[in-house]
Amino acid sequence: MSAIEIDHVTKVYRRHGYRRQFATLKSALLSGNLVGHLRPDEAFLALDDVSLRVPKGVTYGVIGRNGSGKSTLLKLVAGITKPSKGEVRVGGRVSALIELGAGFHPEISGRENVFINGIMLGLSHREVNHRFDEIVEFAELQDFIDAPVKTYSSGMYMRLGFAVAVHVDPDVLLVDEVLAVGDEGFSLKCLDKFAEFKRRGKTILLVTHGLSMVERFCDEAVWLEAGTKEAAGDPKRVIQMYLADIEQVEDRHLAASDAKMQQSPSAADTPGHGQREVATKDLLPLEQQPCEPVEDDDLPPANMFTAKEGRWGSGAVRIEQVRLEGDQGPSHVFHSGERMVIRMKVIAEEVVDDFAFGISIFSNEGVCCYGTNTDIEDLESDSLEGVGEVAFTIDRLDLVAGTYKLDVAVHKCDGFSYDYHRLLYTFRVKSRTRDVGIYRPRHNWRFSGGVRLKKCVDEVAGATPGEDDPMSSPLLYRE
Amino acid sequence: MLSNLAQLLRYHGLIQVLVARELKARYRGSVLGFFWSFFNPLLLLLVYTFVFTVIIPRGELVDLEPYAVFLFCGLLPWTWFSSSLSDGANVLIINGNLIKKVMFPAEVLPIVSVLANMVHFLFGLPILGAFLIYYSVPLQLSELIWLPLVLAVQLILTLGLAMTLAALTVHFRDIKDLLANLLTLWFFATPIIYPMAILPPQGKVFMNLNPFAHLAISYQEILFYDGPFGHWKWLLALLGAGVGLFLLGYGLFDRLRDSFAEEV
Repeated sequence: MSAIEIDHVTKVYRRHGYRRQFATLKSALLSGNLVGHLRPDEAFLALDDVSLRVPKGVTYGVIGRNGSGKSTLLKLVAGITKPSKGEVRVGGRVSALIELGAGFHPEISGRENVFINGIMLGLSHREVNHRFDEIVEFAELQDFIDAPVKTYSSGMYMRLGFAVAVHVDPDVLLVDEVLAVGDEGFSLKCLDKFAEFKRRGKTILLVTHGLSMVERFCDEAVWLEAGTKEAAGDPKRVIQMYLADIEQVEDRHLAASDAKMQQSPSAADTPGHGQREVATKDLLPLEQQPCEPVEDDDLPPANMFTAKEGRWGSGAVRIEQVRLEGDQGPSHVFHSGERMVIRMKVIAEEVVDDFAFGISIFSNEGVCCYGTNTDIEDLESDSLEGVGEVAFTIDRLDLVAGTYKLDVAVHKCDGFSYDYHRLLYTFRVKSRTRDVGIYRPRHNWRFSGGVRLKKCVDEVAGATPGEDDPMSSPLLYRE
Repeated sequence: MLSNLAQLLRYHGLIQVLVARELKARYRGSVLGFFWSFFNPLLLLLVYTFVFTVIIPRGELVDLEPYAVFLFCGLLPWTWFSSSLSDGANVLIINGNLIKKVMFPAEVLPIVSVLANMVHFLFGLPILGAFLIYYSVPLQLSELIWLPLVLAVQLILTLGLAMTLAALTVHFRDIKDLLANLLTLWFFATPIIYPMAILPPQGKVFMNLNPFAHLAISYQEILFYDGPFGHWKWLLALLGAGVGLFLLGYGLFDRLRDSFAEEV
């Protein structure tokens, strides 16, 4: 038996700014249809032919990006708006945690507001009376319940709103991203309340961006994307599909912003070909510019650690293209512990015999995580002419989650730059483990004697095996 | 629509607490608190009496003594009427978060506006009574029994108009500003500060189209003028019109209901 049935539901909104109030009014009056008169460019399709079935007693998660139609779905189920097409059926009393404390009157006391809010949500005066102490205790507002609500902090306000809404004792509870209420203690209490609802066989529809919450609580989940149902079913699988999609979009995003950066004036001009003064001045505060130019080349910044992104060098050797590759080809998003290849295409117009290739990885805060070059590593240069390719392979990218920037350079062994690309390439490292710092050394934990741990790895390390590259998850041993 | 109308009865508990909230919240934080319900009409009366006896003397209209009582008979119900309409027109927009975020029966809101103002009106009645006693205006029981009906007619008429305005204001915010000026005009086009008797015949025909004129005259005949209540035919006709207007207003409201959550 289904508690919520959503049957081919389409929801169309009128785009704002089109001054057609009269038309909306007319069509609402004559045909009872709010959007029938809209031209396609005036309409916004918030949900497009979505069907869902939530069985009774199931906790159902709704995930998706901002604007994907999650909240619209919730409002339809709550009965706040009506579908433009299709049908929504809900069995039993519904309580919606969409906006907590909506309808509180600031001037009157918390006590009176509890009564009014309870009655608004469908309780009788007697029922509120009966649950009043429980509500106040849950909201932890015993000392303030007779003060006007306008004197409450926002946390107190939310807590009271939450307390009233969950004590309505609904058959179907709709939750829209409201768990960020109050402090840690209260959040835990809210989770306990949800667990209790679950135990008692109530149906919960949960809209959230907190994927771990969906994974932990929900029996099923749906992923909405631009108003359509992208995937539904087992939460783990749905979340994984969603995350994979997010990574793809992120990848495109990083690629686009890198491309933009490389085309910006300071970086776009190829070294050695005009405009080089502009390029260097962009790069350096005046006092840092060396008084005497080193030969007549583009100048490297005096302090490499404070330089911002850009490109400089004489241009005798040029890095034409830089590509980041993962196991599945070009990428900007990597998982901690994956292989990463930095591939550079280099061109030298004339024969060069003194050269070295270098790379550095910087964290988002500008900390140099690692830097090396062929000279340091005793790879002596012989000759470079025409087009060549340099690949720098990191077998295991053991960095913690975060955004990183890359320097690549080709220079003389004494440091003179042929072509230096400063922070022009970005990549992101993802990890389900919430460890901190920069570098994740390969490690494992060993326990012996009286130390006992439960089997699940994520209790200890916060990671679930199999989600990252299995090799990168911290391993657990018991001797 | 009729089933929705029947539902309205189920909301009486909600309407009750919301009216109580409205009244409580209104004077919260003021020194005199609830006494303002008495003082407000009294002060209003003093202002009008001062204006129309000292600043603009009424001249030959001597049969309007005591003028304060005559004025009060029309002014008190007018305040109920006009405040209800201006509150009612805004009420859906002010309570937008209820309509957008909670499953809430929207029609309750304009009803609460009208009823809350009616309670203020009822609090004003003892003051009117005190004036009647002070000036020893003769009252007749045979006339006074009409008073509840006058109240009922005004209530249903005000409800119908408030519903209509509430629903339309969501779509056209212009109504708010228009209404304020329209109500001022309406006030002066109604025999409240002057008696119907001073109007020329064409004026009277015009006045008969003004529903509130019949209410004002009814109050005045019952409470101020001597003699039997002669306006009852008009009152009954107005009752019919009021019921019609209420159904129309409710129908319109019901039809536009789905648009509120999106347009508010």
